[in-house]
Amino acid sequence: MSKMQLIVKGLIKENPTFSLLLGMCPTLATTTSAVNGMSMGLATLFVLVLSNMAISAIASYIPDKVRIPAYIVVIATFVTILQFLMQAFTPAIYETLGLFIPLIVVNCIVLGRAEAFANKNTVADSALDGIGIGLGFTCSLTVLGLVREILGAGSVFGFKFISGDGILAFVLAPGAFLALAYLIVIFRKLTEKKA
Amino acid sequence: MAMESSFKNMVACLLVICLVCSALLAGVYAITAEPIAQAAIAKTNAAIAEVVPSFDGEPVSGEVEVNGKSYSYYSVSKDGKVIAYAINASSVGFGGSLNLMVGITAERIVYNTSVLSQSETPGLGAKCTEESFAGQFAGFNPAEKNLAVKKDGGDIDAITASTITSRAYIEAVKNALAAYDAIVSTIE
Amino acid sequence: MEYILIIISAIFVNNILLSQFLGICPFLGVSNKLSTAVGMSGAVCFVITLATLVTYLLQVYVLNPLGIGFMQTISFILVIAALVQMVEIVLKKVSPSLYQALGIFLPLITTNCAVLGVALTVVTKEFTFGGEPHMLNLAESIVYAFATSVGFGLSMVLFAGLREQLSMNDVPKPFKGIPIALVTASIMAMAFMGFSGIVK
Repeated sequence: MSKMQLIVKGLIKENPTFSLLLGMCPTLATTTSAVNGMSMGLATLFVLVLSNMAISAIASYIPDKVRIPAYIVVIATFVTILQFLMQAFTPAIYETLGLFIPLIVVNCIVLGRAEAFANKNTVADSALDGIGIGLGFTCSLTVLGLVREILGAGSVFGFKFISGDGILAFVLAPGAFLALAYLIVIFRKLTEKKA
Repeated sequence: MAMESSFKNMVACLLVICLVCSALLAGVYAITAEPIAQAAIAKTNAAIAEVVPSFDGEPVSGEVEVNGKSYSYYSVSKDGKVIAYAINASSVGFGGSLNLMVGITAERIVYNTSVLSQSETPGLGAKCTEESFAGQFAGFNPAEKNLAVKKDGGDIDAITASTITSRAYIEAVKNALAAYDAIVSTIE
Repeated sequence: MEYILIIISAIFVNNILLSQFLGICPFLGVSNKLSTAVGMSGAVCFVITLATLVTYLLQVYVLNPLGIGFMQTISFILVIAALVQMVEIVLKKVSPSLYQALGIFLPLITTNCAVLGVALTVVTKEFTFGGEPHMLNLAESIVYAFATSVGFGLSMVLFAGLREQLSMNDVPKPFKGIPIALVTASIMAMAFMGFSGIVK
């Protein structure tokens, strides 16, 4: 697989949100606006790239039976580092995303990539894989956030284009499920034609 | 490729990973502790500056107790005279606690308010942070107007469909006024 | 009285699946059949309550006194992983029938964000049950954790029941599987929104 393909596959073929349906909790919870969705995606990207690199570097030294706990410790370390960095430099975003930053530890995407890709590939390839999947996740979250923001608040990235309110339900829980359902349907329709 | 899964190997491997990770975390913690503390101070200072008139020098922090509840406040002065207090007051809203910074001038007029933290419903109660609602408190003189929502016979327009949040906001401002009275009485 | 508020709030008002979005993976993953949904709910209920008890004690008696709060995430997830393993081993020995019922779900629970989510919420968030905002004490934490997992079970079982009915219907092809389940979840979330505001 070429380097380019490693990155691109995460956007469409192995898109974690719309195609593999992984990491649904942050996807639904943090996409109340496009900016929030994008921040969550980038935070996950950060952890994904670093943990992928670290795990591919040390994978050959880890006995097979304890690999999962070892991976979890590595991932949790990077998540905690991310928490510190965000508290220090982007406190406002950290507060908005709240609980879902430490919960990146249990995001199946991160552990899934460690298990499926990073532990049997080189450090460089694992980094690219992390970037690809992370970008795919970021794009999906941004799109979902954008859709919910447009419908729910009548604004794009915080800029209002209609006066008054949108359809409030889309900012709240029911709209999260509904918007995601329709985006998956649209994604399936689009990729179906390509294949 | 992977190492043999003998008991010794497994224990040693996990131990090394845990030690390295803890050391790494402790290191990053030590480096970021300072910026994190500064970010918190910067946030408080920004909130103070937002709710009081322009002042010189540093805000002076203090604590005051009203009805068994303690409030932290910051007094700001200009030309050596205290001109206003920024009081950290809270109340219980619709989704949880609502935490405000309320600026009250020496004339006992609410200069401005700012939301420090809230967990109200997005799109409904969360609108309490917006100018259309919060702006009503800027320059509010409790001696002339009634601090309550219009539904309760007061002078504040409640947020549409979020009366509980609006009442909680007013409650927090009232708490701040009570704390203000306590501060002033201890000084005099 | 306060305990009743905690229970109602955790089960209905702030339902962990439909309003907090924690534990969505098993919610979508193992809700095809009613029986597996019941099994999963039972296992989650057990682990969440136990994990919250242990992590609460860990936070209050180890992390706080030592001033190493920064190890919170990493130590909590390790405790949960170890606990799940232990429950699996103990259950296998003590009650093989219960193990048979819950066994296959146990390994999945480590990466269920509901468990870590509740454990972290309990030690970091201030609650406003019965007036003043305060941190939960041990008993309240356990009640909160248990009630939350009952809420998980409730929506899980309701959802599985709906999906069993759905599978017999003719759904448009692109909607098959997860999308139609999400639409169902959306309508359920709307119904649960009706509870909001009954507990402050």
